[in-house]
Amino acid sequence: MGCSWGRYPPAIHTRVVRLRWRSDPVVLADVPEKLLPFAWGRSYGDSCLNHGEALVDVAGLDRFIAFDADLGLVRVEAGVTLAEILAVVAPRGWFLPVVPGTKWVSVGGAIANDIHGKNHHRAGTFGAHVTRLELLRSSGERLLCSPDTHADLFRATVGGLGLTGVVLWAEIRLARVAGTGIAVERVRYPDLDAFFELAASDADHEYTVAWVDCLARGRRLGRGVYMRGDHAPWQGAEASTPARARLRVPFDAPSRLLNRATIGGFNAAYYRRHSRSGGRVTVDYDGFFFPLDAVEGWNRLYGRLGFLQYQCVVPNDRPDALRGILDRVSYSREVPCLAVLKRFGDVPSPGMLSFPRPGLTLAVDLAFRGRSTLDLLDALDAVVRAAGGAVYPAKDARMSRDSFRAFFPAWESFAAFVDPKFSSSFWRRVTGP
Amino acid sequence: METARAYARSGARLFLVARHAERLSAVAEDLRVRGAGEVGTAVLDVKDVARHQSLVEAAVAALGGLDVALLAHGTLPDQARCQASVAETLEALEINFSATVALLTLLANRFEAQRGGCIAVIGSVAGDRGRQSNYVYGAAKGGLAIFLQGLRNRLYRSGVVVITLKPGFVDTPMTAGVPKNPLFATAPRVGLAGYRAIERGRDVVYIPWFWRLIMAAVKSLPESIFKRLRL
Repeated sequence: MGCSWGRYPPAIHTRVVRLRWRSDPVVLADVPEKLLPFAWGRSYGDSCLNHGEALVDVAGLDRFIAFDADLGLVRVEAGVTLAEILAVVAPRGWFLPVVPGTKWVSVGGAIANDIHGKNHHRAGTFGAHVTRLELLRSSGERLLCSPDTHADLFRATVGGLGLTGVVLWAEIRLARVAGTGIAVERVRYPDLDAFFELAASDADHEYTVAWVDCLARGRRLGRGVYMRGDHAPWQGAEASTPARARLRVPFDAPSRLLNRATIGGFNAAYYRRHSRSGGRVTVDYDGFFFPLDAVEGWNRLYGRLGFLQYQCVVPNDRPDALRGILDRVSYSREVPCLAVLKRFGDVPSPGMLSFPRPGLTLAVDLAFRGRSTLDLLDALDAVVRAAGGAVYPAKDARMSRDSFRAFFPAWESFAAFVDPKFSSSFWRRVTGP
Repeated sequence: METARAYARSGARLFLVARHAERLSAVAEDLRVRGAGEVGTAVLDVKDVARHQSLVEAAVAALGGLDVALLAHGTLPDQARCQASVAETLEALEINFSATVALLTLLANRFEAQRGGCIAVIGSVAGDRGRQSNYVYGAAKGGLAIFLQGLRNRLYRSGVVVITLKPGFVDTPMTAGVPKNPLFATAPRVGLAGYRAIERGRDVVYIPWFWRLIMAAVKSLPESIFKRLRL
């Protein structure tokens, strides 16, 4: 329990308080260190770390509490993964309203980061589908929070990075779907203007996202493969347990395995594999939503130095800012590996500190190369700030205090809801002196 | 726990017995959602031997019969405290051995009469050889393994399968105070292996499998040498 998914920065925790039973009395007030809830460590940066302090491990809170297959409501303890929920509800015609790029995240983490998915333009964030949750405060109080009861605390907890207390369980409103398959169409597009044309079709599809070749420059800037998908009946076998990884990365790869040459070669090949016209095929939901889950420990491909993911959003009327960011990344000497681009919709995010807002969002994985990587990201922050956008805390390990405050002006009103015993490496970094 | 989840996913009907009522109902709810056909529960401390008979009857009444019985209770006693206290030693033996034997006696007769089914019991690699650091627990689990050997032999002709599951180090609340090393397995992995062993009707199963090799080596050391080791 010493690192996050990006494996940067390293952290040492002096204590781990394990929660196993939601009915057991928990005394957090006596723990000398500051606390932070933790489950599966899938946040990329330091928002799930509490260096020099303690973690409250909720992975043992892994039970379903109730599932109403008529109303589509599921109630689970905070450590249950989205994978387990899907394995139970999908065969019965329901689906999670929002899924991110990996299914191995906990429900507590999905709420704490108010995660989003490929259907943000229709469904908004995960938090928008949480009907209620129970929050354990360090005072020992257990508060039932919902959009109607303790509404302020609810809005602080959704997207609140685990700082308002420990979510013990939550209830989620599921979405009725036509099937567990996804009818998907993949269309390659030559530049950013073509992306904007394709993104105009978002309204007609449940899920849309684009893979971007981050090494393409100039005329080809922003070229990629646009994916749009909709639920469809699936003829294949229905798994009753979450599908496990088929491949595993057993050790840290050499840090130079991923470089601009290997990535450039991969990107060009991937781009050419797709046609301009597309064509629909139906795939299982694992293949569509969670392709990287097929390789367990893929983060080790970046070597022992780890990697940073940078995700930002800029307003729709500032495509120039997006161009500026892609331009800086493609002309830098850094190694951008995987990048995705999507247009967020205008469904309001319920959390005070929620990241998603209307605009264009770009996420890029960058191998960590030290100072030069951090300098590039600082330069990108400046572009995002000038455009009035924001950077995603769940993936961040380095944004400056000033940037955070510019991206999340509600942070001061949020701070009033932070549990006095709770903190995180991220929180100390962006609020400290 | 994970063994019960595997059965729940296959739609099995379950009857759960545990000491804590609230925890028990949390587990029962979980198994229902995961697909169990029906989940009955009873609160019992295994030391309460007088209630074993009514417990077995309640389970039979709830399910209409028994196909598989899994005994997974146990405590990990503190060796140093046991050495200093006869009472603690006897209690550890009671929970991990004699009360378990009491329940097994009732179950064995029922399974023998119905001429089929499976009795699975969680033992431990600690029962394979006595070590100074853990021999009270080891004696209980070792005695249990011998009892199950005899029971397996007796019930073979009745078509009843008796399984001894021998996990190595497992990361559970029972071992919360033990420093973790790479030999530790996760509880889900062990539980799933238990499910597979029961479904395949194996006799003695080490979980994970490599403990069979480790324990074969540990058992093969002559006592004249073994007694000098700090284990």
